[in-house]
Amino acid sequence: MTLITNLYSALAQGTLWGIMALGVYITFRILDIADLSCDGTFALGGCISAVFITRGVDPFLTLLMALAAGMIAGAVTGILHTRLMIPAILAGILTMIALWSVNIRIMGGPNISLLGEDTVFTKMIYSLGLDQTLATLVVGLVIGIIVIAALYWFFGTEIGSAVRATGNNEFMVRALGGNTDTAKVLGLVISNGLISLSGALVAQNQGYGDIKMGTGSIVIGLASIVIGEVIFGKRFNFAYILASLIGGSIVYRMIISLVLHFGLSTDDMKLFTAIIVAIALGIPALKAKYSQRRTPA
Amino acid sequence: MLEIKNVHKTFNKGTINEKKALNGVDLKLQPGDFVTVIGGNGAGKSTMLNMIAGVYPIDQGTILLDGKDISDLPEYKRAYMLGRVFQDPMMGTAAGMEIQENMAMAYRRGKRRGLSWGITKKEKKMFKEKLATLDLGLEERMTSKVGLLSGGQRQALTLLMATLKKPSLLLLDEHTAALDPKTAKKVLDLTEKIVAKDNLTTLMVTHNMKDAINIGNRLIMMNEGRVIYDVSGQEKKNLKVPDLLKKFEEVSGEDFANDRMLLS
Repeated sequence: MTLITNLYSALAQGTLWGIMALGVYITFRILDIADLSCDGTFALGGCISAVFITRGVDPFLTLLMALAAGMIAGAVTGILHTRLMIPAILAGILTMIALWSVNIRIMGGPNISLLGEDTVFTKMIYSLGLDQTLATLVVGLVIGIIVIAALYWFFGTEIGSAVRATGNNEFMVRALGGNTDTAKVLGLVISNGLISLSGALVAQNQGYGDIKMGTGSIVIGLASIVIGEVIFGKRFNFAYILASLIGGSIVYRMIISLVLHFGLSTDDMKLFTAIIVAIALGIPALKAKYSQRRTPA
Repeated sequence: MLEIKNVHKTFNKGTINEKKALNGVDLKLQPGDFVTVIGGNGAGKSTMLNMIAGVYPIDQGTILLDGKDISDLPEYKRAYMLGRVFQDPMMGTAAGMEIQENMAMAYRRGKRRGLSWGITKKEKKMFKEKLATLDLGLEERMTSKVGLLSGGQRQALTLLMATLKKPSLLLLDEHTAALDPKTAKKVLDLTEKIVAKDNLTTLMVTHNMKDAINIGNRLIMMNEGRVIYDVSGQEKKNLKVPDLLKKFEEVSGEDFANDRMLLS
């Protein structure tokens, strides 16, 4: 019985983390950049949201504040990368490291408890009479759908097309009069905004903001992406692909919940996740290599 | 039209790999000129095109296009006047995007990109008609990813995209060199057709001497970063490949006949 409860809870959690997977997808798949600022911005969102809730700001409003703060962090990575010509991976690492200090400054310590404070989830529980898990699921799905709709619209516009094309072939975009620097900054801004929003939701859901909550989130995001792609396939249209990322995030949470149930320690989870991502990213390359090998006569 | 005055470019200045790519290029094009550019490896042909397009900044000199000094403009800001096709068929298109999306990007060359929809119904219809003129059946595959097309198809599409919005100057950088002879011929015929139809001013770099003589109204030869021979009109029409080889040896004092030239 507890397994079912755990899986149900994992499903709900997955929708919140799915927002982060959407953000990671924008840099990793669309822009073709591995952006490591993710770890810092996820915690940033949680910190901002937790701090302002304890100061009496409406929890919904703190989500928007987290979104905005994440976008600024993304702009920093983008400017480091495009204007100062720092390689994307290093630019992300710099932002991530810097955010560690920034996050502690914001919270005035390594963590803030939201015990007894209103969150978007407690509000749902009181006003609609939902239980904790259902409230999580509703909030996660509603925000997920809004984000997917917004991304679907944006990447269909002229600017959004230029961002997609930049990840495909920068050279062509410049030849066609597109500013690839602006496109990259824009992609990083949107991506980190979403990651921070996801961090805010997770912090409110778990009842505290913590400096360490973002550690390894880039790998969790990647795991959700590859699981989503493997299970749901890259087909139909862009909205389907985006939705499949949330699906991937949900499946990831359920897998984690399962292996925890069967006795693996939470401390092993990062290793476990890294192995999933390594296998999922490595298989296509190995497949291609072996399919080219000649069959022995 | 295009006016290049005393343009210099040295790569890796002050290092052991220093390479003087352009050494005082002067060139003036008349509107409607279709100029073929030949020269040995490292003569500065591609570099000249890249300097016009703004891929790298120039060290010295000026580049005027339609009377405007574009010497210091970044690449993406010059793009509104230039149509470009490259040697590598992969370079001119975005493989992961649909044919019609690629065309929509090209159709917005030089236009400020905003938040309106990336491709309209009216455009799709127009793109379809344009694709049909290529005679490759691409008009039935508008939503296919460009990565699924062959090199020749991609090159034909790039050419169409480069001229979708009429450029002041069309830059073709050995755009048929990576294709098999039959496909190369097809793309070349298409090039002549499109250039003639819109009366485009064109600079075409080629390694094929016969093409250089047969196509266009003017031919220039480059060597060591300079234009060393400039011929047009009837005189160009009367040229033969051996004349060009002789001409080259005469001005450069070197043997022009590398394998690639003779075999092509």
